[in-house]
Amino acid sequence: MVDDLYQEIILDHSKRPRNCHPMEGANRKAEGYNPLCGDKLQLYLKVEDGIVRDASFMGSGCAISTASASLMTESLKGKTKEEAIKLLDKFHELLTTDTPAAKDLGKLVVFCGVRDYPARVKCATLAWHTLRSALNGVDAPVTTE
Amino acid sequence: MSALVSTVEAGFDVEKVREDFPVLKQKVHGKPLVYLDNAATSQKPLAVIEAIRRFYEVDCANIHRGVHELSQRSTAAYEQTRAKVKQFLNARTKNELIFVRGATEGINLVAQSWGRKCIKTGDEIVISAMEHHSNIVPWQMLCEEKGAKLRVIPINDRGELLMEEYQKLLGPRTRMVAVTHVSNALGTINPVREIVELAHKAGAVALIDGAQAVPHMKVDVQALDADFYAFSGHKLFGPTGTGVLYGKAKLLNAMPPYQGGGDMIRTVTFEKTTYNDLPYKFEAGTPNIAGGIGLGAAIDYVNRIGLDQIAAYEHELLVYGTEALSDIPGLRLIGTAHKKAAVLSFVMEGVHPHDIGTVLDRMGIAVRTGHHCAQPVMDRFGVPATTRASLAFYNTTAEIDALAAGLRKVKEMFA
Repeated sequence: MVDDLYQEIILDHSKRPRNCHPMEGANRKAEGYNPLCGDKLQLYLKVEDGIVRDASFMGSGCAISTASASLMTESLKGKTKEEAIKLLDKFHELLTTDTPAAKDLGKLVVFCGVRDYPARVKCATLAWHTLRSALNGVDAPVTTE
Repeated sequence: MSALVSTVEAGFDVEKVREDFPVLKQKVHGKPLVYLDNAATSQKPLAVIEAIRRFYEVDCANIHRGVHELSQRSTAAYEQTRAKVKQFLNARTKNELIFVRGATEGINLVAQSWGRKCIKTGDEIVISAMEHHSNIVPWQMLCEEKGAKLRVIPINDRGELLMEEYQKLLGPRTRMVAVTHVSNALGTINPVREIVELAHKAGAVALIDGAQAVPHMKVDVQALDADFYAFSGHKLFGPTGTGVLYGKAKLLNAMPPYQGGGDMIRTVTFEKTTYNDLPYKFEAGTPNIAGGIGLGAAIDYVNRIGLDQIAAYEHELLVYGTEALSDIPGLRLIGTAHKKAAVLSFVMEGVHPHDIGTVLDRMGIAVRTGHHCAQPVMDRFGVPATTRASLAFYNTTAEIDALAAGLRKVKEMFA
């Protein structure tokens, strides 16, 4: 039932989000917006020599979007830009295809339940849309639409 | 649970009423459906569903033109709805009632037809801080086109209009006052009679958005003295894509047509077209005939139950629900006006409305979460979104208990 969506890790990260602060010395920033619910998210990255050294976020959102941003920033650290993009694509696949290849996602597999809640997919992908624009160096706010 | 008795007459039997609504008899995610999203759209009684079915099975034809039997039957049934609306709103004549797709189209019709003719550079249009986007954006578009100014009546922390501020906004350049009768996001019932009177004193025209009012209370457009009054059929237990714009004949006659096409003309040549009389001047093209007939059935249904009865019962539900929700720690009601329709909009400390909505949905409880097409209201109360339970006369105290229990479960999960 609803516990498939709100797994323990998701609840934990929504109540105590990791890396939830602005970042001094960030060299990539992007803003995400979900017009459906009004959720906003600011993502900060420190990328050096093509590697994500640090990641953090700010914003207010639902449990799914907060936990997604929290777990995303955790899993990004130490990844190359290419690895980050690959992870992003895999995460997207997890949420939108019927037979996702869940391997290499680590803790992020807890979001597999979101697939059964189509209205909530955008909540889970907001941080990741924002990541794409941050990595691509796009300054304009991205929306989930 | 204690039964509701005080102001509701003995004749009102909610269990019997529920039998009229097939949709309510289902389970959602294995739980009995608790439908609390009536401000978004209401459910349809069997009488409405059957009227639509009968039209397509027996009477289906285009209206106003054919000389054959089916066309005459469908024309009669469609026009009968106009007569029912006349009585329902207490309009002077049927000609003052224009069929539209909904309140949104009704307001757009006035903004585009009346507005483009009558609004000039520097003129002012007054709306309120609790309007639905449908009573903001059409006026904004008009203001942009004409170089006119939009003025906004502020509201207090309970979600009531500040009438003194409204009076200060009225001036020699005020041409239009467009205000909602009942707020969809807050439930506030506005003093529209007074609002219209003050608008008239300032020489302005007044439009009332009645989308959230007509399903819940008696409306008399003559007593209100409104110049325009718009409502949607689907919130009145009728079909989607139906609605009515009431307008005073004097104003409607002076307005140019909204759309061109069939039915709205008297004669057409390539040199010149002359327009049809009211209300057909504003009804271009084949309308939603089945929907219009369904709306007539909805009005009959509501009349059978009685709007006084409905208002009394819903008020008791509101009182019961307000108490039940106020007992939940960390829950804050948004919209606590003294005069209020049965809308319970709220936020819960530490829990986002979308999570509330999803968890309740899995318990079979349908509520609305988000900004309710009223983003300025959310900004006014400093919240990104709310959860809204909006009630109708087929809801029960047991359903409110289910909502309260669901919210306690939500709190357990997220707090």
